[in-house]
Amino acid sequence: MSAWIRIATCDSIPPREGRAAVIGDRQIAIFNLGDRFLAVDNECPHQSGPLCDGIVAGDAVVCPLHQWKVNLETGAVARPADKQECIRTYAIRVDEGVISIEA
Amino acid sequence: MNNGTQRLVVVGNGMAGIACVEQILKHSPKFEITVFGDETHVNYNRILLSSVLAGERTADEITLNPLEWYLRNDIQLRLGVRVVDVNPEEKFVTGDDGSVTPYDTLLLATGSSAFKPPIQGLDKQNVFAFRTLDDTRDLLERASPGVKAIVIGGGLLGLEAARGLQVRGCDVTVVHLMATLMERQLDPDAGNYLTGKMEELGVRVLLRRATTAIVGDERAEGIAFDDGTVLEGDLVVVAAGIRPNVELGYKAGLHVNRGIVVNDYMETSDPDIFAVGECVEHRGTCYGLVAPLIEQGKVLAATITGNKGPTYTGTVLATKLKIMGVDVFSAGDWSEQHADPVRFEDRALGIYKKLTVRDGKLVGAILVGDTSDSHRYMDWLRTGADLAEKRAHLLFPPPASDAGLDLAEMADTATICGCVGVTKGAIIEAIHEKGISTMSQLKETTRASTGCGSCTSLCQNILRAVAPDFEEEGKKVLCGCVPFSQDNLREILRSQKLKSVQEVLDIYGNGSGCEICKPALSYMLDMIWCGDHDEDRSARFINDRVHANIQKDGTFSVIPRIHGGVTSPAQLRRIADVADKYNVPMVKITGSQRIDLLGIKKEDLPKVWADLGMMSGQAYTKGVRMVKTCVGTEFCRFGTQDSTSAGVEMEHRFENLFTPHKVKMATVGCPRNCAEATVKDIGLVGQEGGWQVVVGGAAGKSVRKADLLMTVETTEQALEAAELFFQYYREQANYLERTYDFVERVGIDKVRKETVYAPEATKRALLDRLQKSKAASKDAWLEGQSPVNPTQFIRLRPIESGPIETVLS
Repeated sequence: MSAWIRIATCDSIPPREGRAAVIGDRQIAIFNLGDRFLAVDNECPHQSGPLCDGIVAGDAVVCPLHQWKVNLETGAVARPADKQECIRTYAIRVDEGVISIEA
Repeated sequence: MNNGTQRLVVVGNGMAGIACVEQILKHSPKFEITVFGDETHVNYNRILLSSVLAGERTADEITLNPLEWYLRNDIQLRLGVRVVDVNPEEKFVTGDDGSVTPYDTLLLATGSSAFKPPIQGLDKQNVFAFRTLDDTRDLLERASPGVKAIVIGGGLLGLEAARGLQVRGCDVTVVHLMATLMERQLDPDAGNYLTGKMEELGVRVLLRRATTAIVGDERAEGIAFDDGTVLEGDLVVVAAGIRPNVELGYKAGLHVNRGIVVNDYMETSDPDIFAVGECVEHRGTCYGLVAPLIEQGKVLAATITGNKGPTYTGTVLATKLKIMGVDVFSAGDWSEQHADPVRFEDRALGIYKKLTVRDGKLVGAILVGDTSDSHRYMDWLRTGADLAEKRAHLLFPPPASDAGLDLAEMADTATICGCVGVTKGAIIEAIHEKGISTMSQLKETTRASTGCGSCTSLCQNILRAVAPDFEEEGKKVLCGCVPFSQDNLREILRSQKLKSVQEVLDIYGNGSGCEICKPALSYMLDMIWCGDHDEDRSARFINDRVHANIQKDGTFSVIPRIHGGVTSPAQLRRIADVADKYNVPMVKITGSQRIDLLGIKKEDLPKVWADLGMMSGQAYTKGVRMVKTCVGTEFCRFGTQDSTSAGVEMEHRFENLFTPHKVKMATVGCPRNCAEATVKDIGLVGQEGGWQVVVGGAAGKSVRKADLLMTVETTEQALEAAELFFQYYREQANYLERTYDFVERVGIDKVRKETVYAPEATKRALLDRLQKSKAASKDAWLEGQSPVNPTQFIRLRPIESGPIETVLS
């Protein structure tokens, strides 16, 4: 079972930036890619860096600590190329200007 | 004649004369060569003067033959001497210094000079020609932001001059007599497109205006038109065409029309006198472009060295406007009389193309807005290719698959460098025979791409495809997202007036960007527009979004600015109170005489800043860090200068500004150097009676002793020298290039020449831009009170507690 949780209005996240959302004891990084929103766990698989603070590069984010690159659609690590780690992604939708996450 | 060697005297030290001498040297060493040049410079690439004016190249960078070349080839070089007379009977020339030089063979390569149109008052101050390096330097001295510049003449040279002045910040108007720009190279439609493009760049264009006089007393204050109206201006550039320099031709008794008349062997009417370049007239035509001069030089070299045979039969004229963002190409006969026009235009994109075809062959081409096919058309023009099979897609070739294929399709005889006349075959041969692997070796060996430079990428493609050990050199691209060098990008941002990172990525890149290019572009925009750009925080590293340094656990470190490291009990109490209130896990004295509060949560940052009541110390950014100081004369018994006051002042002048990489500074009151100024990016070292200003020092990943920029007497002079270097570094360094790498790359001599030893106007302009940036900057921590968006420092939390809708998963 999971639930749709209303998080914030769309304009709370500027285009091409991310924000952390605190849901219970979990932090989820939500990104505004301009044409859509994507959400992943706010924890880099490398050393737990806050992905929400990374620079968005296309549909990936670059962790601010050591520049690991994580694909936001799949949660898979895109750089370093030899890493297989993958983080959890979350379904996301927008109703009447409000972002909801399935978590 | 003595000992079988012949005395060859060359009058003219320009591109035509020297290109011919280079060819002569290839044929025969038997000449004893003397070259006269009335300019005081070695041979330089005159057609690149506009890029010197625009700041894309320095004067040194357009040198074609350095002094060593003359020495190596035993050429007597007489610079700054104008030859005023020729005695063809007794065979000697007379210089304006009274010197008499006998010759066996005389080569006139006197070129041309700026045409002076019938305008009154051309001798007033601040009226310039744009023809020589000295003209360019004079212009550079006076061209600065806000200066109103008028360019008379809307031809190639006038437009390039206008563009250069505009890049220097001048407010530029081009005044043209005719109805459209570059009417000798472009039809009226193409001219109109060009007008639009110049105006888009911010250059005003006035057409059909006849200038009658320069107004003003001693110095120009504007120009008057034949309808009585006046246009105000602070400087006037006259670029109304060129005239062949033929006086010596007359004095030598040669047959002269518009130019010195030569036949197909490049012989004049005197068997011992030859002429080449812009001063000659061949089959009724005087050329003013570089390609014909080089072709003539090759033929003449054969004739002069006793290998008479090759003939010069004329050149298909081709012109390219060298203004970034304004692509214009014109070649051959584009008039539509006796030829069929083939045309394409797209007003929205600003693209206009016209080809003229006669008897199934291309006879002319005009391209505006997209000149990528110019090489193909030049090749068809030169070879007279039969277009029957290509007729259906003259303007739209079948999609070119890749550069390699394009190259492979090109015949070995196809000309790659139109200016110097180097074929694909010659380049490939040079690569194999001489083991060439870099672009500079290729230039040195074949001279390809040393003219207008537009074939550089083609040459590089050949190198890449053919040379076994091809090395990319010099200008590395910023990153794959925007594949341009940083130099190039700065010019693009400037000329295209781009103000946001996303715009740059959309137009010149892949639309998305990455963690490398986005911060670099953010910096460039901020620097170029002096803070008047569209700041986009998504393109900045997290440190520059929340103005603190991210730590390994995702918390931040906070370092308030303590000017010069001079604090007070009250300030220290506040810092201590903040450390208590927020349970700061570590309070640390830094190596830079500052206090670091480590382990602050992002959401606490605004409150911490408010409680501190201090400015951001910028310890998290590529920007101005701190000025470390020693006690100086105020307390120290060895002090010779008040280094603390100087350091505090320097920090105030630079604080809140961004730089290509971090900038650390120090001021010390005596050469004991207690605050280690000689290993800082900028250091002021006090000594008895003055200061040494040192730059480019480092004590980090590398250790480097700073170079001496200059020694001055007063603190104000020292601060000004620091300001000049600081702004120069901001403008010229690549992003993430520390001053110690920058100074090593550029060379301290050049840094001095372009900062502290630069002409007053250049210095003024640097300082003005610094002031402008400074005025637009502000303490980043003010955003604690007025964030750029409501969630800048906070984490989101669900709007309502509990789910609104439950779904099965």
